[in-house]
Amino acid sequence: MSLASRLKRGGAPPLFPTHSKGGMPSIGDRLRSRFGSYGFLAPAAVLVTLFFFIPVVIILVLSFSDLDAANFGTLQWWLPENWSLDNYAKIFNNKFFPKILGNTAFYVVSTLTLFNFSSALIIALLTTHVERRTGFFFRVLWLLPRLTPSVIYIMMWQRIAARAPHGILNQLLVPLGIGTGGNLLQASPWPFVILVNGMIGASFGMVIFTSAIEAIPRDYMMASKVDGASTLQTIRYVILPAIKWPILFVITYQTLSLLTSFEQIMLLTDGGPGLYHTEVWALTAYHRALSNYFGNNQWGYGAAWAVILVIIGVIAASIYMRVFKFDELVEEPKIDLL
Amino acid sequence: MKVKLENLSKRWGKVVGADHINLDINDGEFVAFLGPSGCGKTTTLLMVAGIYKPTEGNIWFDNQVVNYMTPKDRNIGMVFQSYALYPHMNVFQNISYPLKLKKVPKNDMRERAQRVADMMGIGHLMDRRPAQLSGGQQQRVALGRALVKEPQLLLFDEPLSNLDARLRLSMRGEIKRLVIELGITAIYVTHDQVEAMTMADRIAVMKEGKLQAYDPPDELYDQPRTLFVAGFVGNPPMNFLEVEVSRKNGDYHAHREKFDAIVPTEQGEKTAGKGNVIMGIRPEDITISDEGVGGEIYVVEPLGRDDLVTVQIGEAIVHVLADPVLGLKMGQNVTLDFSTHKVQFFDPQTEKSLLWAE
Ligand SMILES: Nc1ncnc2c1ncn2[C@@H]1O[C@H](COP(=O)(O)OP(=O)(O)O)[C@@H](O)[C@H]1O
Ligand SMILES: [Mg+2]
Repeated sequence: MSLASRLKRGGAPPLFPTHSKGGMPSIGDRLRSRFGSYGFLAPAAVLVTLFFFIPVVIILVLSFSDLDAANFGTLQWWLPENWSLDNYAKIFNNKFFPKILGNTAFYVVSTLTLFNFSSALIIALLTTHVERRTGFFFRVLWLLPRLTPSVIYIMMWQRIAARAPHGILNQLLVPLGIGTGGNLLQASPWPFVILVNGMIGASFGMVIFTSAIEAIPRDYMMASKVDGASTLQTIRYVILPAIKWPILFVITYQTLSLLTSFEQIMLLTDGGPGLYHTEVWALTAYHRALSNYFGNNQWGYGAAWAVILVIIGVIAASIYMRVFKFDELVEEPKIDLL
Repeated sequence: MKVKLENLSKRWGKVVGADHINLDINDGEFVAFLGPSGCGKTTTLLMVAGIYKPTEGNIWFDNQVVNYMTPKDRNIGMVFQSYALYPHMNVFQNISYPLKLKKVPKNDMRERAQRVADMMGIGHLMDRRPAQLSGGQQQRVALGRALVKEPQLLLFDEPLSNLDARLRLSMRGEIKRLVIELGITAIYVTHDQVEAMTMADRIAVMKEGKLQAYDPPDELYDQPRTLFVAGFVGNPPMNFLEVEVSRKNGDYHAHREKFDAIVPTEQGEKTAGKGNVIMGIRPEDITISDEGVGGEIYVVEPLGRDDLVTVQIGEAIVHVLADPVLGLKMGQNVTLDFSTHKVQFFDPQTEKSLLWAE
């Protein structure tokens, strides 16, 4: 019998017997008897509604309106007669739309494949195959970029990329005759954008992968070695399949996280140098809605950019689930098998 | 293949896993490592497997020192207590994994895996995942995976501990038969002395990382070399009494408070006049009779074939296996006959046997 049908069936014995001391019902029991399970859901439901669903709806409505700093206070943006798809048309007709889309794809794919996934996995594998304390030390090192306040972290990178004779990299490169000694952020901003985000992003996957690898029973690794596998073969045939689910999680989560993150890029290049060189989608939404060059914050237009980003994110996530065969990863609940 | 452990030690800082182990295993011999939990059996086995590097000493396979050889070059098969079947692979993939790593051609691999699976009686389960198998079936898959590459040495680490009592009994017999039939050298780690006694040609008894004895089962049982071995091997365990042996009227007597028993001459000669010694006698070697040492029955535990009778003699407690037809009852007074030529004696300081020490 399935769990659901068991719950629905009247008069079934409770799945989890309730315990109470000395005849006094516990707070949980009283809540349950008065409000049913909704009593327990309520606090989380209120939070999610207030801080997620309502803002999402507002953004969606805003994206249909033409609200900006000029008509703020006069435009009744919440009335359907003031709604249109003009903002969306404007986005697709924007001359820089292909550039921004391309930038976003390049930024997300490169950072994810080079750092947030690959480096994270390699660090996790390396630090779990060496002596415990050494491994721990190196993982802490990789956490430092994440622990450093963004502004300080970006200032460090700007120092690294600065022009000769102050820039750290240029102090190495110029004597070797490489480059012109100019500001490297101007010359080639993309490697820096990816490095800056990747160095922070790698630690997330690193932590998840490390704990997943350490949770694999040691017997599997020993068995694999005795069966004749090299370390690389053990990784490929035993470790990677065992951490398939964390891998899916990290890739999905980090894709969404990279799609929506822009603060490092804003601080480092602010989308430049020049027009839209490193401008990504989330940064555009921010620039349109909250930090317009001309002081005219286009809330409605910016919201439309944000809404499309959410749609892209949802599509990406569902593709991942399909590719990784999500339903096969989720095991049948044992309770049904009993 | 012959195996030889020479002064083999493994230490992690101050923790000692194995402590100067010396033993050799003949080609085709079935050896058990026996000892309580934490005595270093697994550590020693994993050094033989090549998973742990020895801190000191050598491991010989035939005429070669293999200390630094990787596990994959050692051509060994191993069965773990947890079975360690790869959960994402089905039975066929699990069994053929060692062949896949050896790059055996597909057809050949399929054939060999099937042959081994059939031999283990799981040929019809090839498509199942480990989670869909019973404990006994998983055990067979693990055995199949260990055997499929035709190893020169089989290692078992408490392979039967996770099975229920009945299955353990039948698998015990099957593993023994299999190993003998295949003629492969095998090391079998267990904390269960019955398993060790029933299966092995020779048993290495370990305690706190040290080898205590390395003898065939009957010798271990009849001529235990240390107090530890005497107490560990045999169920119910051997009784120990602190006694003094002396010669009276031509006979040797072991005596203590409210206790006086005749000791065979052979044993008496080796123990008389040595002050306090520890006398060891197995519960099945004590008989309830008309004359002997008097005591009171403390409790009677029926075991089916025998009654396990606990008798109090002064301060001492003695376990006796008695025939149930005697109908012994708690509180009853009995006399026990201790005169057996199987009686053992140990030095209380060194804990070594006074009879069989080399
Ligand atoms: N990897 C390890 N690191 C540190 N100590 C260990 C390790 N493996 C085993 N030990 C210690 O070595 C001793 C022997 O362990 P083990 O060989 O597993 O015993 P057994 O298999 O006989 O139960 C124990 O005290 C154990 O704590
Ligand atoms: Mg062990």
